[in-house]
Amino acid sequence: MASARLLVTRSGCTALKAITGHGQRSLSVSSAVLARTHVSYEVKDNVAVVRINDPTSKVNTLGRHMQAELVEVINEIWGNSAVKSAVLISSKPGSFIAGADLNMFQACKTAEEVSYLLQAGQKMFEQIEKSPIPFVAAINGSCLGGGLEFAIACQYRIATKSKKTILGTPEVMLGLLPGAGGTQRLPKMVGLPAAFDMMLTGRNIKADKAKKMGLVHQLVEPLGPGLKISKKRTFLPARPLAVDFAKGLAGKKVRVEKKKGLMQKVQDFVMGLPPVRKQIYKTVHNKVMKQSKGLYPAPLKIIECVQTGIEKGNAAGYLSESENFGKLAMTSVSRALIGLFYGQVACKKNHFGQPEREVKKLAVLGAGLMGAGIAQVTIDKGVATILKDTTEEGLARGQQQVYKGLNDKTKKKSLTTFERDRIMSLLSGQLDYRGFENADMVIEAVFEDLSIKHKVVKEVEAVIPPHCIFATNTSALPIKDIAAASKRPEKLIGMHYFSPVDKMQLLEIITTNKTSKDTTASAVAVGLKQGKVIIVVGDGPGFYTTRCLAPMLAEAVRALQEGVGPKKLDSLTTGFGFPVGAATLADEVGIDVAAHVAEDLGKAFGTRFGGGNVEVLKMMVQKGFKGRKSGKGCYVYGAKSKEKKVNSGAEDILKSFKLTAPPAVSADEDIQYRLVSRFVNEAVLCLQEGILPDPVQGDIGAVFGLGFPPCLGGPFRFVDSYGADKLVQKMKHFEEAYGNQFTPCQLLLDHAKDSSKRFHK
Amino acid sequence: MLTTNQSSYDLFCFILQRSKKEKCTFHFHNTTVNIFVAKSKKTLAKPGVKNIVLVDGVRTPFLQSGTIYADLMPHDLARAALQGLLNRTGLPKDAVDYIVYGTVIQEVKTSNVAREAALGAGFSDKTPAHTVTMACISSNQAMTTAVGLIAAGQCDAVVAGGVEFMSDVPIRHSRRMRKTMLSLNKAKTLGARLSLLGSIRLAHLAPELPAVAEFSTAETMGHSADRLAAAFGVSRLEQDEFALRSHTLAKKAQDSGLLSDVISFKVPGKDIVSKDNGIRPSTMEQMAKLKPAFIKPHGTVTAANSSFLTDGASAVLIMSEEKALAMGYKPKAYLRDFVYVSQDPKDQLLLGPTYATPKVLEKSGLTLNDIDVFEFHEAFAGQIMANLKAMESDWFAQTYMGRKTKVGAPPMEKFNSWGGSLSLGHPFAATGCRLVTTVAHRLQKEGGQYGLVAACAAGGQGHAMVIEAYPQ
Repeated sequence: MASARLLVTRSGCTALKAITGHGQRSLSVSSAVLARTHVSYEVKDNVAVVRINDPTSKVNTLGRHMQAELVEVINEIWGNSAVKSAVLISSKPGSFIAGADLNMFQACKTAEEVSYLLQAGQKMFEQIEKSPIPFVAAINGSCLGGGLEFAIACQYRIATKSKKTILGTPEVMLGLLPGAGGTQRLPKMVGLPAAFDMMLTGRNIKADKAKKMGLVHQLVEPLGPGLKISKKRTFLPARPLAVDFAKGLAGKKVRVEKKKGLMQKVQDFVMGLPPVRKQIYKTVHNKVMKQSKGLYPAPLKIIECVQTGIEKGNAAGYLSESENFGKLAMTSVSRALIGLFYGQVACKKNHFGQPEREVKKLAVLGAGLMGAGIAQVTIDKGVATILKDTTEEGLARGQQQVYKGLNDKTKKKSLTTFERDRIMSLLSGQLDYRGFENADMVIEAVFEDLSIKHKVVKEVEAVIPPHCIFATNTSALPIKDIAAASKRPEKLIGMHYFSPVDKMQLLEIITTNKTSKDTTASAVAVGLKQGKVIIVVGDGPGFYTTRCLAPMLAEAVRALQEGVGPKKLDSLTTGFGFPVGAATLADEVGIDVAAHVAEDLGKAFGTRFGGGNVEVLKMMVQKGFKGRKSGKGCYVYGAKSKEKKVNSGAEDILKSFKLTAPPAVSADEDIQYRLVSRFVNEAVLCLQEGILPDPVQGDIGAVFGLGFPPCLGGPFRFVDSYGADKLVQKMKHFEEAYGNQFTPCQLLLDHAKDSSKRFHK
Repeated sequence: MLTTNQSSYDLFCFILQRSKKEKCTFHFHNTTVNIFVAKSKKTLAKPGVKNIVLVDGVRTPFLQSGTIYADLMPHDLARAALQGLLNRTGLPKDAVDYIVYGTVIQEVKTSNVAREAALGAGFSDKTPAHTVTMACISSNQAMTTAVGLIAAGQCDAVVAGGVEFMSDVPIRHSRRMRKTMLSLNKAKTLGARLSLLGSIRLAHLAPELPAVAEFSTAETMGHSADRLAAAFGVSRLEQDEFALRSHTLAKKAQDSGLLSDVISFKVPGKDIVSKDNGIRPSTMEQMAKLKPAFIKPHGTVTAANSSFLTDGASAVLIMSEEKALAMGYKPKAYLRDFVYVSQDPKDQLLLGPTYATPKVLEKSGLTLNDIDVFEFHEAFAGQIMANLKAMESDWFAQTYMGRKTKVGAPPMEKFNSWGGSLSLGHPFAATGCRLVTTVAHRLQKEGGQYGLVAACAAGGQGHAMVIEAYPQ
């Protein structure tokens, strides 16, 4: 490698010497080249190939160091009259540039400091855009955020048509905006509607879609095995092709401008009309407000930046972009979202080490919603899976669910029908224990009843090999109670999946004091393979997630009894930032499950889990209002109309259990905080009791498993940003009206007393 | 053993025999002289194993689809080939025990095209016939099926062949339309029929063309060939040169009457056809003008360096040696060891020959140097070049094939020297018999002993067979 670099340097020198005639100067340049660690380049046939490679990370990010070297290299290239065009390429197989370095912004104290950083980036990209020689970006792997903004500043873009190649502007998901020219260039490049869609959703765009949108000019096919001895083979074709195009552009043989079709011309004309644009801004604004409830500032700022750029020109646009980015970086929402991003990364690692044996064959007991869901995400990742049920009807339903889950992916074109069939072939649906003798892990997802679970543990342990792990999927039953029937409790662990399993990202793993470390490592490894974000918590009734949700639902039932209608309750909770309203959530979880959990946890924790009357839920179950699955719950389902109708039968039940609302704690905001404070207090208590190992996993579990408002970053970050003292004050106020359900736990009181105590630094 | 009696070469050869143990080709005053030296094995005959021979092989002229054969049906072509074989061999029709035919794109009316063609050609109705399909190696499969039947002692004389007719392919109604039409058959009342008819929408009338893409990957073969060529660093120039070579050699072979397997065929309503019509030697300049056909704009596979859509049929007569001799035939060659291979249909779709060649050589106990005549199916020039490069690569052999060393690439002077699929044409299921017959003819003409046939096929499959010349 060193020799190769020397060679490059030398040829660079000769090229320089030839032009400038100053041998000495080229010497000083060569030493600078040697010192560079992130960016290198070579000149061949008048094309400068610039390679980006952050030696400290698996992906390339635009940090201070990278940026400085890039500026240096680009200036050298411009100073070299032998260079007629340039190619920008990453040396990493799966990453072009994955975005800007977030730490760089987080280290900033003020909005101005952030804005200043961005202006440097904007300037660099503007220079590239106006470069006297054409730049060709050869994209393979992730090209996101600042990486995409870099690429679209280049004159030409080539992308490999591989599953790894994704383009996008995910800034909005971090509460930020594309701040290095993205809001200015994208609308011009892909049109206003598509640009808004990209920037406001942050969605990833695959290579072929990017080509259709006009985001890249050319695609290159990934190649199979050939003669090259390199793992980076897949993006090898990108380089020669990019070099060819660079030469073509320099020689004016390749034209960047494509002939516009009639539709494009019409669209351009329409977009040229100020009233039309105004209407678009307004529509988009309204849509954002409706979806974000005004809780997320970034989307609105994105609209503002785009609008400023188009209506008032580039200079104003860039200024608006950098200033707004600076402001957003200082918001609690952005901090919360970035916290979640880092938390998610942390929860996608196995902190328990490499398991002794890899799980190559998995068995799932029970082909219900959960069991089939678990089977689906397992075979999807290439692990052979047995799906066992006790009845043929149950099994058929489960197999159909798996098939449908995969088939829906083929409709969205993320799978081919062939891939679907291959994946399905890994599933073995059966009614007996055939093959269990070779299973490495069994996950049971049978009915939530301790005696049935005990029976299953005994049956399964009689047929599985000694190394096989037994995982139980339960939402509330303490694992140690289930383990009581086991002959090998060290191999028993809880794996709490969330429904629908193929959509919900969270997996809560529960260990007992007898669970071995290797068993935990293995369960985490399986969960990670299934694509889950994982929290590992201690054992107890309701573990962490169910335990936090139960008091909030109890409070929701009380509010309903007090005469707050399901629709009002939903709008209050979604208005606070929950993606799904409390009444709808109860219907989704299942009223029967909610009743079951409320009763179990009520017994375990006593009056703290009181509030609403459990009988309300039981009565609803009795009448068949089990939630969405039975067609009726708080709402009526089934009709195709979008407007959900409140179930009048449920309303009658609520009337018969009517409570009078104490006026002092029944304003809209009070109801919101009654719900949230009980959730948060229970979460803090879980940390206090050691059920939760740390606040990060608490936040991730609440947001990814229960839909705690992402803009608040999770219960712990919420306490930090809202102020523990303020929250305690509110709870004391509620305590006066309702009693010990609102008694703040000790840890929360400690934080309230000492404002320097924070869950997150 | 010398192929020439000119004594001036004797000394030369004597020295050579002592230093090198392989075939050498010398060019003296425009005369090619082949000198054979000791082979790894004198013959591939095995004690206790029946010798199976190729008595003869014929084919109809291979024509570009949509030309003179345009109004025929597949079994017409197959029948022409069968009748041609009967004429050529003088075979009594009832001496045939079994008939196997290959085909790829099936005409639904004649799904067992072997039977329809055999009956039409006047074979005894007591001779059973079945049809096999294995993409471009369908007639290889037909021939090896015949070999199997004879080796197992079930038959003594089998006719094998293949037919492909691309001038007409089954174009279907859409699935929705088919469903409606099938329900219409079952509808009992007028009302039910009318309501079914009423459910037909304009979109249902859109026809469904036969897929040209690989089913498992949805990738067309040309696209895969282009990627394969790129993966092995095969340039456009190399591909065009190889295609030009194929056409030039085919033209030369045609002009000098070497393509003796071609029979004349009086096409109903048209003239007698007696020549392949796709052989068109062009110039490098003209070929360079073409735009890539699959990966645009930077691909390297073009119409000129790919095989073209072709109509044609072929047939061979395969017998046990005793039976052939008993009937007074002088067989052309022994059909020896053969293999089928399969690999990744996405990235190694067309690498069949690379995988099959070392395997069949190993099975025979031969080395590449023992082979005097190579006939490889040329699907695309890029595919052939990629295979040659893969066979020449130790790294590829070790990394992907689990072999210690490369098998080596065939020397070009022994390779497809009478043209190939690129120039003669490629009626999918008829090509295999052409390859085997050509090897037999080339061995006779050039005086070699061993020949090798290899081909790739859709589905990521491949085939190779070793053929031994019948002692003259």
